[in-house]
Amino acid sequence: MNVYAREPFDTDTELSAQDPWRGFLPGSWTREIDVRSFIIANVTPFEGDASFLAGITPRTADLWEKLKAHLKAERDKGGVLDVDVSTPSSITSHKAGYIAEDLEQIVGLQTDAPLKRAIMPFGGYRMVKNGLEAYGFKADASLDKVFPKLRKTHNDAVFDVYTPEMLACHKSGVITGLPDAYGRGRIIGDYRRVALYGVNRLIEDKQTQLKSFELATIDEEVLRAREETAEQIKALKELVKLGEIYGFDLTRPAVNGREAVQWTYLAYLAAVKEANGAAMSLGRVSSFLDIFIQRDIAEGELNEAEAQELFDHFVMKLRIVRFLRTPEYDQLFSGDPTWVTESIGGMAIDGRPLVTKSSFRMLNTLNTLGPAPEPNLTVLWSEHLPKGFRDFCAETSIRTSSIQYENDDLMRPYWGDDYGIACCVSAMRIGKQMQFFGARANLAKTLLYAINGGRDEKSGAQVGPTFAPVVGEYLDYEDVKAKLIPMMEWLARVYVNALNSIHYMHDKYMYERIEMALHDRDILRTMACGIAGLSVAADSLSAIKYAKVKIIRDERGLATDFEIEGDYPAFGNNDDRVDDIAVWLTETFMGCIRKHKTYRNAMPTQSILTITSNVVYGKKTGNTPDGRKAGVPFAPGANPMHGRDKNGAVASMASVAKLPYAHAQDGISYTFSIVPSALGSTEEDRVNNLDNLLSGYFLQGGHHINVNVFDRETLVDAMEHPELYPQLTIRVSGYAVNFIKLTREQQLDVISRTFHGASN
Amino acid sequence: MAHQTNLLDIRDAHGGAPGVHADGGHARLARRPVAHGFVHSKEAGGAVDGPGIRYVLFVSGCPLRCLYCHNPDTWHMRKGKETSVREIVAEMASYSNFLKRAKGGITITGGEPLTQVEFTAEIFHAAKAMGLHTALDTSGFLGKRVTDEMLEDIDLVLLDIKAFTEETYFEVTGAQLQPTLDFARRLSAKGKKIWLRYVLVPGLTDKLDEIEGLAAFAAELGVVERVDVLPFHKLGEFKWKECGREYKLAETEPPSGELVEQVRSIFRGHGLKAG
Repeated sequence: MNVYAREPFDTDTELSAQDPWRGFLPGSWTREIDVRSFIIANVTPFEGDASFLAGITPRTADLWEKLKAHLKAERDKGGVLDVDVSTPSSITSHKAGYIAEDLEQIVGLQTDAPLKRAIMPFGGYRMVKNGLEAYGFKADASLDKVFPKLRKTHNDAVFDVYTPEMLACHKSGVITGLPDAYGRGRIIGDYRRVALYGVNRLIEDKQTQLKSFELATIDEEVLRAREETAEQIKALKELVKLGEIYGFDLTRPAVNGREAVQWTYLAYLAAVKEANGAAMSLGRVSSFLDIFIQRDIAEGELNEAEAQELFDHFVMKLRIVRFLRTPEYDQLFSGDPTWVTESIGGMAIDGRPLVTKSSFRMLNTLNTLGPAPEPNLTVLWSEHLPKGFRDFCAETSIRTSSIQYENDDLMRPYWGDDYGIACCVSAMRIGKQMQFFGARANLAKTLLYAINGGRDEKSGAQVGPTFAPVVGEYLDYEDVKAKLIPMMEWLARVYVNALNSIHYMHDKYMYERIEMALHDRDILRTMACGIAGLSVAADSLSAIKYAKVKIIRDERGLATDFEIEGDYPAFGNNDDRVDDIAVWLTETFMGCIRKHKTYRNAMPTQSILTITSNVVYGKKTGNTPDGRKAGVPFAPGANPMHGRDKNGAVASMASVAKLPYAHAQDGISYTFSIVPSALGSTEEDRVNNLDNLLSGYFLQGGHHINVNVFDRETLVDAMEHPELYPQLTIRVSGYAVNFIKLTREQQLDVISRTFHGASN
Repeated sequence: MAHQTNLLDIRDAHGGAPGVHADGGHARLARRPVAHGFVHSKEAGGAVDGPGIRYVLFVSGCPLRCLYCHNPDTWHMRKGKETSVREIVAEMASYSNFLKRAKGGITITGGEPLTQVEFTAEIFHAAKAMGLHTALDTSGFLGKRVTDEMLEDIDLVLLDIKAFTEETYFEVTGAQLQPTLDFARRLSAKGKKIWLRYVLVPGLTDKLDEIEGLAAFAAELGVVERVDVLPFHKLGEFKWKECGREYKLAETEPPSGELVEQVRSIFRGHGLKAG
């Protein structure tokens, strides 16, 4: 809900060049903060093909060369170019910084120099110190006096309240990746609001909201709302100051395309200066910006090359968002990800495509600047998208492997037509919804706990409840299932309570002021749980049911290895016998999660997504009954285990598409790799067939797909000669990475995955 | 199992394995459904054997012995896995919506699908009942076995013409060319669409005048939608070793890009779409 803020904009006034809303059709957006209504009233859907696009301008080429030199220096220095070790980052902490001021059409850096990282100690000071030391820096001595003695951090607070049970789960890795030492992220501020309304209007709106919390009973909930709103207003005022640092007046709306991009970017920049969330996604800005740009073009103020330039310069900035992380964090998440996810396309509820020329321009940055993992370009796919756009997507995918696709026809009924993807697969209505990011629970390890009566198969410690272990020589399906259910119930309880602890403290010690300032007063919160190792757990149960699995126990009496006699159907072959087990696991665990009370009454959801932590989860999990050996990586996300999907791409897709989105509303990630020749012998065939594959997969109810089109040999060569592949980008679970920035272990994992090849 | 009613006539059927003569009296094979066939492998999701995304069935058994064969493991029918029509049809049904949306269908290839013509015919018949696009990938050598009734269930023929003179054809395959040309003419007369495939092997099938003749023949048929000139590759060489056979093209290199383009342009010169 939005509070009525002020009188409608007077559209009868003279249409001067100074009127930021000149030529726009009014709607509810003119009366209250409602960006969607603005888009629906003013968007110009584009049904044509890519032929209108312009290439790179000399100015952009020059700037990109300069930035590439910085990026190379960063790689050469081992990943971190420079850090400001003495200034905790805030919206206004640093003076203006530029790559090359005379060339940049869109400006603003996180610190005063490109790729110079800032420190953000409020999540956890130890993480900052470790991060600095790992890259050869040292924190300023004054900070040691502040943290945590004078200023407690989120990390300190969470560990104050964690129960021994939560700590044990944390340590064993049955729950991993929790945001208890860094920013939780996965919140998308509606950065577009700054461009459309100007900050003054947004402050007025927030002040009205504050008034709405002047209530008879000022209890804890109201106090929190009042405090949060007050913080949001302060953050908006700081955003105005950030504008001043770069010479812009953000108090008023943007008057043209260039300002619209600049205003939107500065709002986003404020967010990444204030919070180092795991995923700092951008939202759905392309078609919004298109409205301003089309107006400029109609007024004769901008041509196509200049429009492309705005996107290129914007995207260059998004490519260099950096946070200081520890090497352990990068090992978990691969490379140096920030998940600046931009959602492109999709359909309006009224049936029009939300594809505009700027949807093309955003994707075209992969051509003008070459492939890159960030921003995380995400196409909201619908069978009704114009063919010209679908072809351009397929063509760009084949060339760059830098696009992910998510099923708009599946999500629109849930989230409407102005949602964006946070991180990899998490849909949320922009400015109206946020999530409490909850990483994931390890289902494969949970299965081992069920077999071993709650004892950890690696350490031998009693981590779970002391339930009866499996006795006897062979695993029995009904027996294991009966033991797995209470173990899942237990894990869900510990898991949700741990997340409640984390997010309570995150709100208290590391509240995302500017991001939440760009939200409505009343929002939907989701408690985004997740599972890892789904295909390992499903295949294990299938092996137990359809083959014979003999237990091998060690001297501690723990089942630590398994011998499989006979064959079993594996997930990824469109075989209902095992696919039904995977569905059952998904629904059952979601059911367990739903039973628990969540912080701020968040709506419980789960994802089937591992990002690249499938490698780390695998490392922490012993031998499993499907025949997977201890330490071997899990398949990423909802993927079938490497090499077990033997019936072709469509069979693999069909299995994944059976997983029910209704019970995994935080997203179901599937990573697909195919060699170019398997898509067809001509460019035209390959484009059409990739489009055909996407059509088929999404029609079946598939939620998400990463598309990689390359030969295994390319990757092997890139491992040997990384210097030749500085921009080689591959899609992993839910996002893209620079292949050469992966650890060797992760590179080998990617190479071992199923590549769908040409038919024999 | 939405299509079970279409299978009623299959369920109780019996059948024997057909022989491998080009003239093998097809009359006796007419509409006598078989319950089983021999299958080398299946792939759900092929994109290079006909339009769109396809369910590709590789049946085993082939009367030809092409020197460059990349699937010599499919030559012997009985080495395939005995599979029921019902199983294939059920699997096809599970992909039916996907395949339709992906502008594809089913392709039967091999081996030579016409060595098991009844099996192939039954599957095509069931596929058409589901509304799927059907493609037959064949050398055409056993084309006489295809009844007119069966032809009604086939939307597209991927016709491999391995050479255009009897001499070269025999050198490549150990068999005669004429049955293939007869089959091509029959398809033309029926207005069946053809995608012509030609494997270009240096020193074996790179005689430009012969290719010129083939291109003229193909153009005259009037039903050839496209021509795929496939450069010879050695990806199947290891299979020859596994089968304990001598690979006579071990010293042959893949054709140069220029040669491939040259051959394609010959086809294009006859107004054909060649890729």
